[in-house]
Amino acid sequence: MAGMQGILVISPTPLPPLDDTKGRRGMTTSSTAQQQQEDPAQPPKATQQTRPAVRRLGDSIFSGTALGAGIIILLVLAAVAIFLVAQSIPGLSSEDNTILRDRSFLEYVVPLAFGTVWASLIALVIAAPIAIGIALFISHYAPRRFAAVLGYVIDLLAAVPSVVFGLWGALTLAGFVQPFYAWLNQNLGWFPLFSGQASATGNTILTASLVLAVMILPIMTAICREVFLQAPRLHEEAALALGATRWEMIRMAVLPFARGGMVSAAMLALGRALGETMAVTMVLSVSGVISVELLTSTNPTPIPANIALQFPEAHGNGVNTLIATGLVLFVVTFLVNAIARAIVNRRAQFSGAN
Amino acid sequence: MTAVVTRGTSSLAAGRLPKWATWVTLVAAMVVSAVVFALINMGSAASDFNVAGTLVVGAILYLVVIYVLSRLSESPRHAIDRFVTALVTSAFIIAIIPLVSLLYTVVSSGIERFDIEYFSSSMRGVVGTGGGAIHAVWGTILITLAATIISVPIGLMTSIYLVEYGGRGRIAKAITFFVDVMTGIPSIVAGLFIFAVFSIFLGPGASIGIMGALALAVLMIPVVVRSSEELLRIVPNELREASYALGVPKWRTIVKVVLPTTIAGIMTGIMLSISRVIGETAPLLLTAGFTTSLNMNLFDGRMMTLPVFVYNQYQNQGTNPDEAVARAWAGALTLILIVMALNLAARLIAKIFAPKLRG
Amino acid sequence: MKITKLGRAALIAGVGSILLASCAANEGTSGGEAVEGGVTGTIEATGASSQTAAQEAWVAAFLEANPESDVIYEPTGSGVGRDNFLAGASNFIGSDRAFNEEELAAGGFGSCTTDDIIEIPVYISPVAVIFNIDGVDSLNLDAETIAGLFAGTITNWNDPAIAEQNPDAELPDLAVSPVHRSDASGTQETFTAYLEATAADVWTYEASDEWPIQGGEAAQGTSGVVDRVGGGQGTVGFADASQAGDLGTVAVQVGEEYVPFSPEAAAELVAGATQEEGRGDADLVFDVDPAAAADGAYPIALVSYLIGCTSYEDPEVAATVQAYFSYVASAEGQDAAAENAGSAPINDDLRSQIEDAIALIQVEG
Repeated sequence: MAGMQGILVISPTPLPPLDDTKGRRGMTTSSTAQQQQEDPAQPPKATQQTRPAVRRLGDSIFSGTALGAGIIILLVLAAVAIFLVAQSIPGLSSEDNTILRDRSFLEYVVPLAFGTVWASLIALVIAAPIAIGIALFISHYAPRRFAAVLGYVIDLLAAVPSVVFGLWGALTLAGFVQPFYAWLNQNLGWFPLFSGQASATGNTILTASLVLAVMILPIMTAICREVFLQAPRLHEEAALALGATRWEMIRMAVLPFARGGMVSAAMLALGRALGETMAVTMVLSVSGVISVELLTSTNPTPIPANIALQFPEAHGNGVNTLIATGLVLFVVTFLVNAIARAIVNRRAQFSGAN
Repeated sequence: MTAVVTRGTSSLAAGRLPKWATWVTLVAAMVVSAVVFALINMGSAASDFNVAGTLVVGAILYLVVIYVLSRLSESPRHAIDRFVTALVTSAFIIAIIPLVSLLYTVVSSGIERFDIEYFSSSMRGVVGTGGGAIHAVWGTILITLAATIISVPIGLMTSIYLVEYGGRGRIAKAITFFVDVMTGIPSIVAGLFIFAVFSIFLGPGASIGIMGALALAVLMIPVVVRSSEELLRIVPNELREASYALGVPKWRTIVKVVLPTTIAGIMTGIMLSISRVIGETAPLLLTAGFTTSLNMNLFDGRMMTLPVFVYNQYQNQGTNPDEAVARAWAGALTLILIVMALNLAARLIAKIFAPKLRG
Repeated sequence: MKITKLGRAALIAGVGSILLASCAANEGTSGGEAVEGGVTGTIEATGASSQTAAQEAWVAAFLEANPESDVIYEPTGSGVGRDNFLAGASNFIGSDRAFNEEELAAGGFGSCTTDDIIEIPVYISPVAVIFNIDGVDSLNLDAETIAGLFAGTITNWNDPAIAEQNPDAELPDLAVSPVHRSDASGTQETFTAYLEATAADVWTYEASDEWPIQGGEAAQGTSGVVDRVGGGQGTVGFADASQAGDLGTVAVQVGEEYVPFSPEAAAELVAGATQEEGRGDADLVFDVDPAAAADGAYPIALVSYLIGCTSYEDPEVAATVQAYFSYVASAEGQDAAAENAGSAPINDDLRSQIEDAIALIQVEG
């Protein structure tokens, strides 16, 4: 049953901590490598191993199907790239374009890309410490029975549809935070982030980022909690036995082990925030500017929200322009994921815990 | 284990705050904060009392006091420990507040229209009051089912390839890499992709149920691959080797030994991947479109889905905005209940199919 | 094997309960008797989301009278609607603007057998200027002041320009927060066209379905704007009048007097407009000029069109489109829209013009 529980907690997270899987993968791939010979795609590496089974027709069909499925995925991605690029090209010219209106595509897309990254970064800055706090609370502070229930509730929230967050953000949250914004603006207005004319409705980029933060909390928490739980039990107990307080134990035995996983959780959450559409669309008062002021009603527009807002009335090559911005979004998310992987891989080498 | 240390007698327990100290400090901090805010609030209505401010200030006060107390009576190390404990707990509470607020709003606003009419009629010919979301419920079920039927075989077979056949080959590496890339595809981009493909073949403005299913499948496949891959890797190699030793061909080993061992986990992964895509709005908005009537044919015509229904009711409120918003909330509640049911089902399946460890 | 049995039972129960509800109670043929002279075609339409509420009312009433037929209107947005009409994906469309001359000259309407199309202005919706200030229900403003509020040249509600026109109102010292649409919309185009035509000194931008100024509060959709204006203090926005609710509204200066919005006053605007020349007989497009609004006419109104073909391949479709258009233009149809969508019913002169145009649809193959 213990094994089962492990599975249960892993599965809500599509990408389990990468450094961890790497370790496991290294272990298992070496053993599966021995069974390689059957694979038609992989010519048997001659003599060294024994044949595990006789080659049969069923085997060829089955392995072929498996390979085919993998290749379908590659084809789909290739198709995504090809079709998006093909459909983007007509949208790059500003001639007769109802969306670009005499601007060049670059002039149009740079503020949008900025808005995308900016909103997601704020969300990440808000969510990361809280998510780590919750994960620690569930893994190391809360009573075990209580923790299991909490874990379930948090997982459930990962699946709350984004429109619902949008409804909540627009109808409940914005009005609630507006007085705080007015106060911040009055008292800390000299600080660039809080300067400008405070919004009268509270539908600012900070609210949108707060909603995003709530949305990415569950996924970050789930991964962090999973990583924390996998910290070697022996290290923890050794630390406690040496008289460490609970915090010292976490700092010395849990956090170093979990660093890579925490970074990958953050990056995964960032990736999700970058692509989030509906909640931002419904909450944010967009203007398509480049501005770091958090409290005004003049806010940068993230790409997904812009697509959702402009798509219904777009026609002609305006649609192509929107698809091109979608391609830019794809590239940005891809870069974030790539950076995350690079960080995780480098961290993994330094992590002393495993 | 900590209990042993704290409950120890004599010298070990010396210089420790008693257990009740934390609670007393907390209550005292809250009371002080409440008094301060009450003083500020004096002269205006009681309803203006700033509850949120009281709690925030009270929490900060508690953090400071417990740190100082502990530092004076225990040691700096324990002071930091207590400080962090309080911090972690408040992080948890901070996170719970919006989540509870969200759930409360959905349930209390959604229950109003959560009735029989809501689940027996569509919005066809409905003006103002009444109407329901049966067309959206069906659309969601059919489109998600189609997406599952498309993505599960592909995802599962891919993960089998990666674990059992691919090894460290170039193709396997490429697939692993691109599955990761695919995980990062923003949902609206998946919608744009399917839209782009179909608008080339069917002309602009095509909206068909199956397009929505395909867009969801694009989002679902990588999730299925990743979760199944993890689970297949956990299967102990001894099982495979034992099977080979009995002369069972590799493919039968996979089908009869490896898969049954992990079937529970794989099912759970699939269920959870479904609950991930079932609430997607943006790609469906671009692909499956929206309609007011029930459409049971995936391959012809637009299909309404619950997320789009919620969005649409909020967007086009008509002359009776209260009714439309009530329908939107009821839709949100339905959606959350479906997701919850799927999650529970996942857990149930995991329990039922779990390999029997004893007996 | 207990489990499989249990699972099977659960499966059957689940499927059963789903099958029970696999038809919508409000759909399907009611009664099944064809009404005398009723049309029987199925027509699909897409287009302006501004017409959603009106189309719902029209479709509901039309299907009651013609139970054998089916009309499906999807509010995809005007732009998509026009694309669909060109591509032949929709039998008719609703659009916040008519096809312009270039588009007409280019022709190639995929839905039609010829390039002759019918465009009729049957949905006229006044756009209200709404605001939220405690204790103030209505304000009298001229075009320059409204433009100033939205262009950012008037930043406080106690501005003398506002006070002069409203000697009785108690105007607070409160910052002005203009709210506009974040999505592209015909309502926005109507409003900016009004500002461009009447207050060119203050409003130096061109009419556009996208907000020309970077800055200011933006909200999605009419309901979004209404929510934002209602949710803030000192906010001012514009929205379809039917959605204005309890918010304060502006009476707009026309000539010497201030005209509060009303369907009748908005209908006056179109009644006084001149028909655009050089178009086909069935192509009733009006050049609505807010600057030339007659006394007593409310100058900000969205004029939305139904666009169809004068000849269809399928005579059944043609007959249904004709019947549907006739119903929409009829007094009952216009009243239904007024009741459900707060639109302005067209007057009898315009109706007879529209009826002539509808008669041009070739019903006999």
